[in-house]
Amino acid sequence: MKAEIIIAGFGGQGVLSMGKILAYSGLMEDKEVTWLPSYGPEQRGGTANVTVILSDERISSPTLDAYDMAVVLNQQSLDKFESKVKPGGVLIYDSYGINTPPTRTDIRICRIDATEATIEMNNSKTFNMIVLGAMLKVNTMVTIDSVLKALKKTLPERHHHLIPLNEEALKKGATLIKD
Amino acid sequence: MNDKVMLMKGNEALAMAAIRYGADGYFGYPITPQSEVLEKLEEEMPWETTGMVVLQAESEVAAINMVYAGASCGKAVFTSTSSPGFSLMQEGMSYMCASEVPALVINVMRGGPGLGTIHPSQADYFQACKGGGHGDYHPIVLAPASVQEMADFVALGWDLAFKYRCVSLILADGLIGQMMEKVVLPEQRPRRTEEEIRRQCPWAVMGREGMRPKNIITSLELDDDKMEANNHRFQATYREIEKNEVRCELVDTDDCDYLMVAFGSMARIGMKVMEMAREEGIKVGLVRPITLWPFPGKQIAQVAQHVKGILVPELAAGQLIEDVKLAVECKVPVAHFDRLGGNVPSPEEVLNSLKEQLVKA
Repeated sequence: MKAEIIIAGFGGQGVLSMGKILAYSGLMEDKEVTWLPSYGPEQRGGTANVTVILSDERISSPTLDAYDMAVVLNQQSLDKFESKVKPGGVLIYDSYGINTPPTRTDIRICRIDATEATIEMNNSKTFNMIVLGAMLKVNTMVTIDSVLKALKKTLPERHHHLIPLNEEALKKGATLIKD
Repeated sequence: MNDKVMLMKGNEALAMAAIRYGADGYFGYPITPQSEVLEKLEEEMPWETTGMVVLQAESEVAAINMVYAGASCGKAVFTSTSSPGFSLMQEGMSYMCASEVPALVINVMRGGPGLGTIHPSQADYFQACKGGGHGDYHPIVLAPASVQEMADFVALGWDLAFKYRCVSLILADGLIGQMMEKVVLPEQRPRRTEEEIRRQCPWAVMGREGMRPKNIITSLELDDDKMEANNHRFQATYREIEKNEVRCELVDTDDCDYLMVAFGSMARIGMKVMEMAREEGIKVGLVRPITLWPFPGKQIAQVAQHVKGILVPELAAGQLIEDVKLAVECKVPVAHFDRLGGNVPSPEEVLNSLKEQLVKA
């Protein structure tokens, strides 16, 4: 098993944290993991991205130019990474603020309305977990159970009461993927 | 899942490993992409557990001189910085090497020259390996290629520094510092007692209690003959280090037709290049220097005997390649590939360059 993933969006949108939770979930399953952020002023607005690799074997390069899955959360990221998805790979994009949708036909394209779903859930902070839920529905690189374990391990105890809400958001995200 | 396996950035793993080693002090000044070293140390507050000092100095110049002072007392002290800060530390590096005090310095390189960018680079190779300050000196230069090595090289660096009374330098880059990977940290060791330091470092200045002749730590020696003798002693130590401490990793070099020589993050990218090349039927091997000084020239020369060409990919405009050419005495074609100023190549770019320059040629 090997999954090479890029997640890209606005700085402050939680792109790096989403990648981190995915990486931790891989750790829960004893997988090899690398998490490589774009670092620097991106954190203060502009675009941010993170490359996450999960594998059963030793990971060579943590930086790549072609991905099994690209998750893009704004137009700039879509423009930048659509061409970087491997043929047969997956592109997931949040429909909010997208004027020019992707056009490739040799990859699976999943449009999700994640921003809208946060409104339905009445909590904009669930955005990350909704997107992650959608990602895991497309490619079960880790189980939801591992994600919940990862959250328990990384969140400070005072936030543990939020784990059920995160679980709900993960499930909501999965429903956004149409077969 | 093994509870001891953690997920951490290279910079954080390095900071944790230093506390666990039983470090006595850290003196540093923040600079991207290594600020997490200081941040992690502040977060862990080791002064409350092991008694380790963590101090944000007023500048890199101050930090390296604080390290010089601590090291003169036989303490396990260290600093970390990135390229522009490392330039400011060169005077201190030279003084520490001339004073034969053991210290650990970390340079998480970023794009230069000048203030440059904050992204990965390997362009401080010459500065690190050839003695960036004045005079004939070498630190031992360790080049981590993973988060685990960022942690492991802390103990290795200090052990070597104390063994040879020299400076050990961990030469990483922004990619290794910022990346998170799995890591197993060493067990917590107690800090050495004053008594243990006295035994391990009889040369240290820590109060002689009227028992022994004065110890003097200095790099100044106005008598030319004595300074020449000092230099001969330093060089004898360096020959000893060259004899005993060369380290490198050979990957698939037994059957390779082409060889890459790369260190740190470029070696990681190189491993992907090898996988891709072998899928296309091109047999590529890799020599990854772990010590950049002393340089694994003999190991490279040995592998070079049976290859058609060597590619040296580096995040520098032709630095490592000089040592590779010297090692193989230009008996094999040695080609170069670089990205500069903070840019990192994709594995495809490197593979294309290898095919273009060596396979087609």
